[in-house]
Amino acid sequence: MNAAEPVIEVNDLVREFHGRRVLNGLSFKVMKGDTMIIMGGSGCGKSTLLRHIIGAMKPTSGSIKLFGEEITGMNEKELAHIRRRFGMLFQSGALLQSLTVGENVALPIVEHGQLDASIVDLMVKMKLEMVGLTGFEHLKPAEISGGMKKRVGLARALALDPELLFSDEPTAGLDPIMVSVVDILTQEMTRKLGVTAVVVTHDMTSAFRIGTRMIMLGTGPNQGKIIATGTPEEIRASTHGEVQQFINGEPDGPVPLRLSKGDYVERLLGHPASSRNSYSA
Amino acid sequence: MKAYFALNGQILYWTLVAPFRGQPFKLGEVFHQMVLIGTRALPMAALTAFSIGLTMAMQGASALKQMGGESYVPDLVTLSLLRELGPLIVAVIVIGRSGSAVTAELGTMKVSEEIEALQVMAINPIRFLIVPRFLAMMVMLPVLTIFGDCVGMVGGWSICHFALDMDTSAYIFRCVSRPEPWDLYSGLIKSVVFAWLVITIACHMGLGVEGGAEGVGQATTGSVVWSLLIMLIANAIMTALFFFT
Repeated sequence: MNAAEPVIEVNDLVREFHGRRVLNGLSFKVMKGDTMIIMGGSGCGKSTLLRHIIGAMKPTSGSIKLFGEEITGMNEKELAHIRRRFGMLFQSGALLQSLTVGENVALPIVEHGQLDASIVDLMVKMKLEMVGLTGFEHLKPAEISGGMKKRVGLARALALDPELLFSDEPTAGLDPIMVSVVDILTQEMTRKLGVTAVVVTHDMTSAFRIGTRMIMLGTGPNQGKIIATGTPEEIRASTHGEVQQFINGEPDGPVPLRLSKGDYVERLLGHPASSRNSYSA
Repeated sequence: MKAYFALNGQILYWTLVAPFRGQPFKLGEVFHQMVLIGTRALPMAALTAFSIGLTMAMQGASALKQMGGESYVPDLVTLSLLRELGPLIVAVIVIGRSGSAVTAELGTMKVSEEIEALQVMAINPIRFLIVPRFLAMMVMLPVLTIFGDCVGMVGGWSICHFALDMDTSAYIFRCVSRPEPWDLYSGLIKSVVFAWLVITIACHMGLGVEGGAEGVGQATTGSVVWSLLIMLIANAIMTALFFFT
């Protein structure tokens, strides 16, 4: 694939849940070798967007292209073909509880290739070594910590050396050292192996450390829209109030800490405060 | 309803067609599930079948005594076990033990994103999770039914031998000579149909779980209730077809 071709191309993506627009006309491209950071406050639709890109959800309207192929109309079989080319790290790790750590990492290798057991074993050890979990192969996911599960999830996502890596909150719940380990792993993948990464996060340190492109989704009136896009420097220099509030972690700003008095009364009563007179009449 | 029939279609495809297109299911996992669904249910099935055989013999003896027909107790026990009670009670045990477990397990996997993770890894959940459970159930429920029939007859024997002074060899002779082959076959056909219903309903409920631990609980209850209900209806229909037309 040509370096100038986008790996992911999202066009005018709309998704509604019960009449509520969670994604409202999103369009962006992710180029090969980029690390795209998707950020935004809780409930802004980051994870929903990711689920659409991996084909787990179908949009209300709009188009999504992966590796130049439209995936919104694909059936499971065609999707399975595309899915072999990417890996995904889930927020909770999503390891199969019935399998050991080693079997979890081996799963995609065994399922998609006819390799000798000793080679699979070697690959599993290499992947676990990469995330600093050598010697944990025989434990069940229930016997390791949340941070370790996430690292096993990363090892599994990288098991087939994917061209594209999706990470849903890769650093949430990890200690600062493990955060930088995961960040460095992602950076190594993109810089040395030319992997494209899409990372959903609200950890700003990590986002600015690994990101080469960023988009930010809005909340409230800007729900489901991209309110800022660009390189980390451009985002940092953005004059958008919500972006500044988000990257600086301020409690109050365009996203209000508390509602104004009028709004508060309106939400409680279900109608504006002025019509309260009708009760006394 | 549509999703349920779609699931049935997918199960058939991944069991019968896909293995010949280079996408086989895991045979080891089938045996593992056979142990969980079948072997582990043996003590419970044995206990229930024995107690049913025993009580049937006692009820039969007290009723037949009035007509002087105590010697017909083995016939009564054997025929009702083979035709009705064997398949039915074994299915009830398996619904309570394994149907609920399958629903809870799949539901928990759904809630904790494990099924989505499989899909993203391009591993079909039907092939990977459902087919082994389906095959295990299709094999083990009829096997458990035959086992339950035998243990139930032992239960009947214990009454005939100890309370009615019947000779053991006479009891065995009556049990073997009285039923027609069709009595056994009809019971086995029933248990195959029950196996299909129980495992497809359990899987359908498990894969349809939404919303956390509460959803898993509701689906598990739903799985047991629906399985029992549909199974009893199917049983009545089959009895009508086999013996009442």
